[in-house]
Amino acid sequence: MDPVNKIPDVKLDDVKVRSNGNGLEKKPANMVTAPAVKGLDANRAYAIQPTYVRDVNPVDFPWKIKWNSDTCIRCGSCVSTCTFGSIEPRLQRQGQTLSMGSFPNPVDNSQVIMAIKQVNDPKHYCRGCMMCEKVCPTNSIRPVYNEHNRFPLVARQGGSPIKRGGRGHHLPFRVLDTIKVGRISQMTDPSLDASRHTFDLLTPLGRNLPPDELPFKVENGKLVMDGWAPPLRWIYPVMIGDMSVGALSWRMWEAVTMAVAYLNEEYHLPVRMSSGEGGMPSRLLKSEFLKYFIIQIASGHFGWNRIIKAMPEMVADPAAVLIKIGQGAKPGDGGLLPAEKVAPHIQAIRGVPKADLLSPPNHQGLYSIEESVQKMFLSMNAAFKFRVPVAIKVAASATSVAVFNNLVRDPYHIVGGFFLDGISGGTGAAHEVSLDHTGHPILSKLRDCYLAAVDQGRQGQIPLFAGGGFGDTGDLAADAFKAICLGASGVFAAKIILQLAGCVGNEKGRCNACNTGHCPVGICTQDPRLVARLDVDAVAQNIVDYFLALDVELKKLMAPIGNSSLPIGRSDALIAMNKSVSERLQIAYAC
Amino acid sequence: MCRMAAIKSKEPVSTALALRMMLAMQKGHDNSGFAMVMQDLGGAFANFKRFPLLSMACTSEGLYRAEKFLDDLGFTPKFDYQPDVDDLPGLDFQKMPHYVFRNYRYPEHFTNRPWDEKKLLLVDTRLKLRQLLNQDGQGYVYSFWPDVLTLKEVGDPRDIGTYFQLWNEDHWLKARVISAQCRQNTNYRIVRYAAHPFFLGGYTLMGNGENTFYQKNKEFQQGKHPGYIGFESDTQCFLYTLHYVTEVLGWPLAYYKHVVTPLSHEEISRRPDAPVLQRIRQSLQHLEINGPNTVIFVTPEGNMGIVADAKKLRPLVIGRDGDMIAVASEVCGVNMILPKRNTDRDLYPAERETVMINNNLEIQQWIQ
Repeated sequence: MDPVNKIPDVKLDDVKVRSNGNGLEKKPANMVTAPAVKGLDANRAYAIQPTYVRDVNPVDFPWKIKWNSDTCIRCGSCVSTCTFGSIEPRLQRQGQTLSMGSFPNPVDNSQVIMAIKQVNDPKHYCRGCMMCEKVCPTNSIRPVYNEHNRFPLVARQGGSPIKRGGRGHHLPFRVLDTIKVGRISQMTDPSLDASRHTFDLLTPLGRNLPPDELPFKVENGKLVMDGWAPPLRWIYPVMIGDMSVGALSWRMWEAVTMAVAYLNEEYHLPVRMSSGEGGMPSRLLKSEFLKYFIIQIASGHFGWNRIIKAMPEMVADPAAVLIKIGQGAKPGDGGLLPAEKVAPHIQAIRGVPKADLLSPPNHQGLYSIEESVQKMFLSMNAAFKFRVPVAIKVAASATSVAVFNNLVRDPYHIVGGFFLDGISGGTGAAHEVSLDHTGHPILSKLRDCYLAAVDQGRQGQIPLFAGGGFGDTGDLAADAFKAICLGASGVFAAKIILQLAGCVGNEKGRCNACNTGHCPVGICTQDPRLVARLDVDAVAQNIVDYFLALDVELKKLMAPIGNSSLPIGRSDALIAMNKSVSERLQIAYAC
Repeated sequence: MCRMAAIKSKEPVSTALALRMMLAMQKGHDNSGFAMVMQDLGGAFANFKRFPLLSMACTSEGLYRAEKFLDDLGFTPKFDYQPDVDDLPGLDFQKMPHYVFRNYRYPEHFTNRPWDEKKLLLVDTRLKLRQLLNQDGQGYVYSFWPDVLTLKEVGDPRDIGTYFQLWNEDHWLKARVISAQCRQNTNYRIVRYAAHPFFLGGYTLMGNGENTFYQKNKEFQQGKHPGYIGFESDTQCFLYTLHYVTEVLGWPLAYYKHVVTPLSHEEISRRPDAPVLQRIRQSLQHLEINGPNTVIFVTPEGNMGIVADAKKLRPLVIGRDGDMIAVASEVCGVNMILPKRNTDRDLYPAERETVMINNNLEIQQWIQ
């Protein structure tokens, strides 16, 4: 059933229901002795009772709908808003004892009322998006988390693994929250003034040559360039992570691109955005705004046909090319765009038919790191004539340092950035088993890679960018700052951008239905009726506003430690309030 | 905060001048120590300028080891000065059993080697000596370089001066370039090696401030050169960066300022040499100074340089008359030895300039 376009399936309920006084519906405890109502066959009710026990019921689902019959005005807003078909209106008979006139004269009666019922079908289970509660004018309905749910046991019907979007749920605690900025400039050196001093927040993206290999020569007492150096971009240290047009609705993607262009053009904040694996609209590829975008190539190469065709007409180089090897939310798994979301315009951009689009977990033809440098990096560098930094994105893993070391030692100096994505990252769609049970937290691997570079005296030669869960609590500046102190040249964040657009998903299991194509706020869907829920301009403005605030907040964190440029690797500025975290990350423990 | 005093003079001057400058600025330090590097020596060492001069404070065992080590390498003593001391009762200062100020001849097979090779030998020898004595606390080796003498002591500067007779204006110890510092110990244990001025391979440097990028500097410098060791003080990083930029990379001295306090990206983008400056900023991002600092350094040629942090959060004043230039953290320090100078000609180095004083006492202000 198309939950958006459904015609409410109104049925007469077989079971008599009494109002229980607090307004919430409840099956009468004494059903057996309930007086028969004309037209209602109580025996039928008894007959189907065993089916209730065996059958799947909302009590098995992660979210149960609480509905207040007394206050509900039956406006239908909740039902028409629910994109998952999790609730439906049903008619039910309700017993009433009425007394009219001057003397008490109670008369048993009944009436048919319209009730809001949660649907039993696991395919339409309630995601807890709370849109029904949001739109209800009388606060009569809300989903309540059901800690006794048996959903993992009922949702694999037909032998199909559970799929989900969003993020994983089973992390014991949030490491970033145990870390504070604890080295504050007091009497030893003056703090800076975030409002009045000048700050230089930019960070280099691109391969950084060791100082003694810079192509300099001395002429008349001055250094002048004498040869080629790898392409270099000075960018804002917080960038927008990879989300493809396809995973996102075209309006959402447009809103983010508008925000990025606005931040650059109007506020001169060089925020960069990764395209994700899904190509880009031709008009954007051929515009001067391309310089604000990092074009991603992943194992499916989706969208690259169009990118390559646009190359002769490009008027600006992209900010970078990002080779995606893996993703923190579902490491070892390739990209997944369910057929539901492969709308005609997605088919056009990606050059594919309507089908599940599965990027392989590996780049075909790459079997080793050495090969990846020689083949993939060289070809991507060559594609833009060595004018564009080529970076790599991998999922954080026990092997991250080995990969990083290999790249940092590459003799061609063509790896322009190492993007490390942690377990708390998001995804448009994944198998739940991957989301919840694979991956590696970002911070320890970021730290390991940075310290590995320090050991070799190569810190900064390949800038490290960290992602995965940054901004999950809404404070992206603080998260980014801590990661930078631990050695990141910058961070990338994506989920928070969606949340700024109205995404309601969170780590506690709310919504995370990005894979369904039924995103209730029009972000992760290609359904025109849902996409229309998104206000492109308002979303763009939200993102711009957030970045402006973030910029101030970053300065508010740099000022007290007395730094006017980015404290990359300044782990002495941090303290950990957890002993294990402090030992693992090699920062001071404080209590 | 520490207090610094530097003198550059046409004629060798007494250490008493430096001590007087320091005492004038006494409110800015805590009498916990006094350190000084003298270059272009007069007095007792005037005739031995070509010969590497070992400055060392040690125990008898340390002295024995050092002498044997140098002897094994082929260094032979040329001139040894045993300072007369006034060991008065009640001096607040941690004396060492031996103070060595001794010129050596190069090993015979090094006598005719080029200066570049001799430099490496001297640095390497000092580092090995340091290690030899440091392992069980037998002494401190500060410098081993021609025409350079170093003294670092823990205690009250006045008493240190009294002991070594540094107050005596006709003392055996005179120089045309003196860098002196009294410290305010905040971050570090009171150890001699933590006291600036620091010396490495002909470069002397001292600083007044807080290097908030100490960890970044240190992590980057470790392993870049055998002399980049110790890190007992965050100011050492400034010296190593100076040495790295000019000696290891061979860049003109003016680029030191571009490394430690790079221009903002906005300013860089407006300059014709933007490609070079951007690469420097990228490649040497870990050597930036970020924090309040003023730095005084002396190059191997004897030129004195001064740079400040990018926000000019720490003061420094340069006063001068015809034959002498005095640089101090506070103007009262300069007033102490150049009271009759024309103060209108005093210089207060700006955040975007490097002030250089050459051997003719000509001052250049290099705008970054």
